[in-house]
Amino acid sequence: MNRDPANSFQDMILALHDFWSAHGCLILQPYDMRMGAGTFHTATTLRALGPEPWNAAFVQPCRRPTDGRYGENPNRLQHYYQYQVILKPSPSDIQDLYLESLRVIGIDPLKHDIRFVEDDWESPTLGAWGLGWEVWCDGMEVTQFTYFQQMGGFDCKPVAGELTYGLERLAMYIQSVDNVYDLAFNSAGVSYGDVFLENEKQMSKWNFEVADTDALFDLFAKAEAECRNALANEVPIAAYEQAVEASHIFNLLQARGVISVQERASYMARVRDLARGSCEAHMAKEAPVWAEKYPEWSA
Amino acid sequence: MSDFLLELRSEEIPARMQAGARAELEKLFRREMTSAGVDVAGVTVWSTPRRLALIARGLPDATQAVSEEAKGPPQGAPDAAIDGFCRKNGVTKDQLELRDVKGRQIYFAVIEKPGQSVRDLLAKAIPAIIREFSWPKSMRWGDASIGTDSLRWVRPLSGIVALLGDDIVECGVHGVTSGAATKGHRFHHSGEITIGNAADYAMKLRAGHVIVDHAERQDMIRTGAAAVASEAGLSLVEDEDLVIENAGLTEWPIPLLGRFEDDFLEVPPETIQLTARVNQKYFVCEDAEGKLANAFICTANIAAEDGGAAIVDGNRKVLAARLSDARFFWDVDRKKTLEQHAEGLARITFHEKLGTVADKVKRVAKLAEWLTSDAAAPNGDHKAARRAAELCKADLVTEMVGEFPELQGLMGGYYARAEGLQSDVADAIRDHYKPVGQEDEVPTAPLTVAVGLADKLDTLLSFFKIGIFPTGSKDPFALRRAALGYLRLVQANDLNLSLDQVVHAWDGRPNKALVSKLTDFLADRLKVQQREAGVRHDLIDAVFALGGEDDLVRLLARVKALQSFMDSEDGTNLLAGYKRAANILKKEDWQGSGSRIARTGDEDPMENVDDPQMRAIYAARAKTLSYTPEPAEKALIDALDAAGPKAAAAIEAEDFSAAMSALASLRAPIDSFFEDVTVNDDDPAKRSARLDLLARFRDAVHRVADFSRIEG
Repeated sequence: MNRDPANSFQDMILALHDFWSAHGCLILQPYDMRMGAGTFHTATTLRALGPEPWNAAFVQPCRRPTDGRYGENPNRLQHYYQYQVILKPSPSDIQDLYLESLRVIGIDPLKHDIRFVEDDWESPTLGAWGLGWEVWCDGMEVTQFTYFQQMGGFDCKPVAGELTYGLERLAMYIQSVDNVYDLAFNSAGVSYGDVFLENEKQMSKWNFEVADTDALFDLFAKAEAECRNALANEVPIAAYEQAVEASHIFNLLQARGVISVQERASYMARVRDLARGSCEAHMAKEAPVWAEKYPEWSA
Repeated sequence: MSDFLLELRSEEIPARMQAGARAELEKLFRREMTSAGVDVAGVTVWSTPRRLALIARGLPDATQAVSEEAKGPPQGAPDAAIDGFCRKNGVTKDQLELRDVKGRQIYFAVIEKPGQSVRDLLAKAIPAIIREFSWPKSMRWGDASIGTDSLRWVRPLSGIVALLGDDIVECGVHGVTSGAATKGHRFHHSGEITIGNAADYAMKLRAGHVIVDHAERQDMIRTGAAAVASEAGLSLVEDEDLVIENAGLTEWPIPLLGRFEDDFLEVPPETIQLTARVNQKYFVCEDAEGKLANAFICTANIAAEDGGAAIVDGNRKVLAARLSDARFFWDVDRKKTLEQHAEGLARITFHEKLGTVADKVKRVAKLAEWLTSDAAAPNGDHKAARRAAELCKADLVTEMVGEFPELQGLMGGYYARAEGLQSDVADAIRDHYKPVGQEDEVPTAPLTVAVGLADKLDTLLSFFKIGIFPTGSKDPFALRRAALGYLRLVQANDLNLSLDQVVHAWDGRPNKALVSKLTDFLADRLKVQQREAGVRHDLIDAVFALGGEDDLVRLLARVKALQSFMDSEDGTNLLAGYKRAANILKKEDWQGSGSRIARTGDEDPMENVDDPQMRAIYAARAKTLSYTPEPAEKALIDALDAAGPKAAAAIEAEDFSAAMSALASLRAPIDSFFEDVTVNDDDPAKRSARLDLLARFRDAVHRVADFSRIEG
């Protein structure tokens, strides 16, 4: 199959799929929930826990309601795609693999200035942190590169390497366009704007102006209650989904500007409790199996 | 003698940590060598994003053999003691020597320690250095991280070069083993570079497109950036922090100049510079008039095939996107007036016990208004002061300050001007946080001073009222900085502010407890400030010990007058006379001839006397003597009669140098008094009267400053 990543957004994705598939990754599909980052996908969070090797790659649509610009900003979107690669344990040639993947999609590091700039990652919501870099291509952050150290408050043993490519940004580079909506989605004349411009306009309006805040507060409370219900019944994956849901509803409430600064901290703490609780329950459920299979491992 | 090279390679080390890492590497290396008995002279340390390097010149091949002696038990000691001594020193009994020590025969063990190969010592030291290396943040990685005790490093450690002379020092840590091979530039050089020895290390890396000496890279960036700016007819805005950071991000730095669209220059230049510097690590340039130019300088890490055209273009796009954001914030923020923004302050907690920022602003506005009407600046425009205070925190809820918190104040000033507020109000909003640092200029515009003082006073009083003070090194609410800011404002503007009245105005009622908390805290900061400025601490204490003064500018004026007085001959001599008088009074434990005569000079000696006739008698007795005084005694009495009221009046009039002159007039009389008059006269009436006179002299001096605190 001939890929043309330099002229097609979808071919760039397919080229990454080809590349990571050839390097032993499972090619997964997006998680079917609204989430703020690919890291929320269970293939990242929950799989970062425990001793079992795990190599996967997938595209995850991300929702960042407050980043919406009604389709008027050439770079900012409230809905965009991340390409997520998770490699556990982190291989010693992970940087080389990553740079090789850039070459595959057409970025020549002797023409473009690729840099690893310190950027540690922390998600209080997930009780997670890691060290790593944002990878710059000519000054633009195109990838977040993280060695997970903790997830859900637990040490990652072993450590997973996470690569998060900002697909639109990369494509703008490769295709050399200044406006995200001008990206060629395929090689047959369909642009990114054809697919998403109207979506951005409407969703920005909904996020900022329309969404029924009473209903959102209600949804938040329901997700919180449902998470606890799932935890009580020892189905941590279901509980985790509700934590993801609560997190997104919280982001929508933020975009609507109805959460004060003081309340903000308390909402974040509530989401964190749900996410951590889910990770803890997942860990508790799986730990005995893991310990048996991997004697050198302990929680 | 050989030179030693150590290179520790890792994935990209954060730029900000490299200087610390170089120091840490040298420190640990020296420590290990010292404890191994290896003399180390010159050590050079270098860093790039991907390696730390150390070169130690002239290491010996082996440590010197040493012979050590240990003193043991005396002859005839129990066998167990002697055996134990032998075991401890690894010798047998027949190897012990008996020596005479002060007439006793004592066993000595002589232990010969052969010299050790420095290569062997290095092989042990290198893993120890790596294991003990302290990073601000470190991490685990890879297969080994399944266990808890795997090696921690700033990022994965990928290689070790260790060469003593031309030979590899063989060692390893957690699966990374030493060798002679390193890597060159990530993109300009593929494959390995074999290092021969310390001498060819930097040269071979240079051939591999790596400038290993960070100082050389810094210099390349400094001069290179200035050169590309000047080629474009501009001048570089120098920024040494950026030079160091970019040198920490590159192994082969190449400064490149790019342009952004002119239109962006309509947003405040500070936001452009901050965006460029903080987000993108770019330098900015100025045109011939010193105005910000539409140019940026990025530092690439490659010599690109196209001369950097694609890199510059890419960076231009990124900066354009950033500047679009800044312009978006600038536009959006200006859609609301500052007053409308200020409504949002009701949603920001200032402190859980002190309400919201809106509550604080109300208090500040009230105080600023008072300061410009009743207190410091009687000609102040109190309406404008109130207005400025009401709006001074509004920019905290704007998008721009949300993105760049360091622009607080500054943006408020811009927005105020943009909506057409009068310029002194805009200035007050912009500058009311000042002075922030030691170097920061101190505002003098009346409105700015009023709002700045009100803000700082409110912060101090609010926290003191709920019992929060800085402790030790902890000052989470920056109260010391607020106090220092307050002091510098009143000093620079020569403001006489009664803290008593300030507290009254702030709290709406007299509040003695709060006044004393505020005064004590400010006095402490003032002492620290004056001490740092080189004012003698004993003079500060001498004035502060008087108490009862709530105007710090006045206090300071007094300290200064005292300082110049003490630098004069009159001052030194008066101090000597004072000390002599005080010593005599202390020795005699003199409480005064009247039963309740003042001890400190502060009390009214008549306060406990109810009978009006008795008052008259006491008063007369204090004035008159039962004998004819000697001339020197009379002279001192007259001098005190004259100087006392003069000094008091001068202090009243805040003319402290006049008060000091009044004291100076006592110098000659007190000297003659001590010369000519016997205090301890046989006549108890004379003795008593003369001691009273010395007490009077002491008390008169005390009204100006507590001379007992003055050294010398």
